[in-house]
Amino acid sequence: MTKKDIIVLQDLLLSNAQAAAAIRAELEGRGILAVNLMSSPGAGKTTLLERIADRLRGRLKIAVIEGDIETERDAERIRAKGVPAWQITTGGACHLEAKMVGKILPLVPPDTAILFIENVGNLVCPASYDLGERLRLVLLSTPEGDDKPKKYPKAFTTAQALVLTKADLLPVLPFDVAKVKAEALDLNPRLEVFITSAVTGEGLDDLLAYLERAGEEVRRRA
Amino acid sequence: MHELSVIASLFDTLLEQARAHNARAVTRVTLAVGVLAGVVPELLESAFDIYKKGTIAEGATLVVERRPFQVRCRACGAVETREDFVFACPACGAADLEIVQGTELILERIEAETADP
Repeated sequence: MTKKDIIVLQDLLLSNAQAAAAIRAELEGRGILAVNLMSSPGAGKTTLLERIADRLRGRLKIAVIEGDIETERDAERIRAKGVPAWQITTGGACHLEAKMVGKILPLVPPDTAILFIENVGNLVCPASYDLGERLRLVLLSTPEGDDKPKKYPKAFTTAQALVLTKADLLPVLPFDVAKVKAEALDLNPRLEVFITSAVTGEGLDDLLAYLERAGEEVRRRA
Repeated sequence: MHELSVIASLFDTLLEQARAHNARAVTRVTLAVGVLAGVVPELLESAFDIYKKGTIAEGATLVVERRPFQVRCRACGAVETREDFVFACPACGAADLEIVQGTELILERIEAETADP
């Protein structure tokens, strides 16, 4: 019996990275913009998607993949808006992985312009898993507090855009928008920042214009 | 909190390597984990201990080597190890940094007992 040192050097997230690369290639080949939404539970991901569905109705086709630990609730909310939606229930896992998303791709209608993937509510683990998206949006709601970016740096360093939600509550909360923006930009100088409210509609036009521009670019290249 | 998924992926590779090298037993497994990899070493160890039961690695120890967080400035090229997450280059002040180390999660080495010479 001999002892042997086997040098492996295998990236443990490689199988996810490969699945994500295949998804990205397929979606971009089909001209579909994929957007991964990440946030803590309750930051307003599903509500934001409902508002987006209302505003894009008749203009641009969207579809939604919903990730949750349990229940079909979020997918039902999106379907009620007339938008195709599929629920992935992870049964305990704290994030979506690319292979879970890959199984849904054949169901996504060919005329879809934007495929939103709403990750499991969690500001930590989803940041480590590429789902094949073109854009990653991190949502932060004002009641969560203005100290979050540096406490959960990975979500903010890997995102392309920060969407502050529930801005309508700013008058009653000790939440410093300028501080959050500065902290987030410290972490990620290229981050786009949108200040939004699903109640008043503030900031939604800007966010939609940003998404539509990104969608246009994907379609042009397809 | 996704340490179990990471360990499941580790075992896919570990069992494959053990077979390829005719291993009788795996005695030590070394992982390189960046401080920004988003996993907790203690939880990796617990997950490893649960997962190894009944496998060829039942008697193996998991060694987690932490890798510091390093950034490279795209403006001046300076590479620096950071303790915090302030993304400004200490050399030239530019805010245009890329992460060059600290997010990795790599199965580096497996020590095994083998019947091969």
